[in-house]
Amino acid sequence: MARGALHAHMDNNPVERAARGVHNGPLVPSAPNPPSNTTPNAPEPRAFPSLASLAPRAKSSLMALVRLGAAARHAPKIVKRLAGVADDAVDEALQALLGESFADRMAKVPLTLGPSGVDAFGLDPEWTKYVILTVATLHRKYFRTEIHGIENVPAGRVLLVANHSGQIPIDGALIAASMLMDASPPRFVRAMVEKWALSLPYVSLFFTRVGQVVGVPENAHRLLSQEEVLLVFPEGTRGIAKTFDQRYKLTEFGLGFMRLAMETGTPIVPVAVVGGEEQYVSIANVEAVAKLLHAPVFPIIPQLFLPGGQLPLPTKYRLWFGEPMRFSGDPDDDDAVIEEKVWLVRQTIQSMVNRGLKERKHIFW
Amino acid sequence: MTDSGTYRSSPPRARMASVPVLTGTGPVLVTGICGRLGKQLARALHRDRPVVGVDRRPFHDIPKDITHAQVDIRRKKLKDVFRAGDIEAVVHLGVMHDPRASAAEHHSWNVAGFTKLLEYVSQFRIPKLVVLSSANVYGPQPSNPQFLTEEAPLLGGQNFSDIRDLVEVDMLAQSFFWKLPETETVILRPVHILGSVHNAPSNFLRLDPVVTVMGFDPMVQVVHQADVVHAIELALRPGIRGIFNVAGPEPMPLSRYIKMLGRQRISVPYSLARIVMGRMWSLRLTTFPAPELDHIRYVCMVDDSRSRQVLGFAPRMSLEQTVQSVDEGRW
Repeated sequence: MARGALHAHMDNNPVERAARGVHNGPLVPSAPNPPSNTTPNAPEPRAFPSLASLAPRAKSSLMALVRLGAAARHAPKIVKRLAGVADDAVDEALQALLGESFADRMAKVPLTLGPSGVDAFGLDPEWTKYVILTVATLHRKYFRTEIHGIENVPAGRVLLVANHSGQIPIDGALIAASMLMDASPPRFVRAMVEKWALSLPYVSLFFTRVGQVVGVPENAHRLLSQEEVLLVFPEGTRGIAKTFDQRYKLTEFGLGFMRLAMETGTPIVPVAVVGGEEQYVSIANVEAVAKLLHAPVFPIIPQLFLPGGQLPLPTKYRLWFGEPMRFSGDPDDDDAVIEEKVWLVRQTIQSMVNRGLKERKHIFW
Repeated sequence: MTDSGTYRSSPPRARMASVPVLTGTGPVLVTGICGRLGKQLARALHRDRPVVGVDRRPFHDIPKDITHAQVDIRRKKLKDVFRAGDIEAVVHLGVMHDPRASAAEHHSWNVAGFTKLLEYVSQFRIPKLVVLSSANVYGPQPSNPQFLTEEAPLLGGQNFSDIRDLVEVDMLAQSFFWKLPETETVILRPVHILGSVHNAPSNFLRLDPVVTVMGFDPMVQVVHQADVVHAIELALRPGIRGIFNVAGPEPMPLSRYIKMLGRQRISVPYSLARIVMGRMWSLRLTTFPAPELDHIRYVCMVDDSRSRQVLGFAPRMSLEQTVQSVDEGRW
């Protein structure tokens, strides 16, 4: 056996032959995997079919896989009918939540869609239907969001600046839901997503299809020049991953949003989110593990270990939209100058949060 | 070879001569003319102005009025081509994209060959130089803005070292803007070119089933080969200089292209796809190196507003025509 393996390695290694570009003579004695010294049990090379004869076999097994996928996709009629019923149910549920049909509501939203029904950033309204149903249910039934001052959001380009909380960005989804369901005319909110999220399978697909974009200044400029609503959390991951003892204490704000607003002449609407901090109670953030996983944070949330605790607690969300703030000046000014303006926004949001906390009688209702 | 010394080696007499006036009708030298794109460009140009082809491959079924010199652009013989006719414009299409070629050959062809060409452009005072680069020089990244402008950094080689010399070709052409400001240099960076050409995107869409990465469906821009030829024609007009991204019809998610072609699709998790592709690559069962998987994972789209405004370019081919073109004249 060992002799056979050695023989295969020395003379008939198809990989090396191929790599050298040796093609004279058929690659007959070959294995599907490259023989190496670490596989002492490599059988006699003669027992294996040639690469050329393997290729159609690999192709046929691949085709079998494809057929399986196609069978699932071109499902029988009954499944299709069921899917149709489910689709109708989604439409009905959305109509009940929105007060009008989804298509009517989306028609009021200014969007520039390409011939394929997808906008240049990858937003697909057909896709968002199901997401919006989920978010709308959370918004109306689960978190029973209370909205104050949404009429303060001006038409045209606008930056919504909010405090970030709650371990997963439900606050963003609820702000987006309130702009689509409660504002008139309805607006489609774009948020800036962490670059890291876009390197994850399905997560990247999901975010792109629901119209969220990578958090780079070029994208923000482009969206604002299209007169869209942009949602920013200047606290970033620092804010969302706060432990419970730090709840409703705004962390440091980044300066980028202020420079962006000044460059593009965009009004800033401060938004205070009350109710997010209690949905997941985080007792610690283990930075060492976060580093290991290349993730921004790694919170310890005890409730996740309880049955049903994976769902966020049904706290009552309260969203407070403040008066638009306008800033002018040189966007490339010193950090110190920009910081003052950012501080003003941060204080506004902090005081709105404090007022919201004072007015709220109970966390859950 | 990127130092400016290379171009100073031209004889002083030639340096003093001023650059001839661009008429837009003088002879055009096209490198890589025997490629599928080169042949189409030759056919588009040869009725209006003399065309001189340079390629080490033979030019079969050559139109009678095209002069073809079968030389390797790294050879001295290339200089004779410049000496013979008073060339008014040089179009450099002869960039090697063959990932199977050895790294040394690839580098020497792309970088040394192009440096040689630039040397002659400078020595013979050619008033126009058009270089066909690619939007791939920006590289697909999860952190890419949705639309990359011409000023975006060229990071294509970051995760795919085999294309570093293509980035270098683009950079060499860029350095020509200040080394020889009298020459109108144009760099075109088209997005994925589709058509009868044998490039990675067209070959990819010719697969059946088309393999995609599970959980990723990036927005993709494509352009028809005929539109690229049109863009080169526009770039040859007097007065045009600079870098231009060239994009075709409206972008779509990758899955829609596959659907449009009526192909089957098979999604494979990235980690598996990378291992299998790497193995298949070394067994010569695929023409796609594993790092190219990033093109079907991440976005690499360009902002083509400059080519629309300055170059006056607009795609003539519809989305449907562009996508279907990969199946035309296949065999």
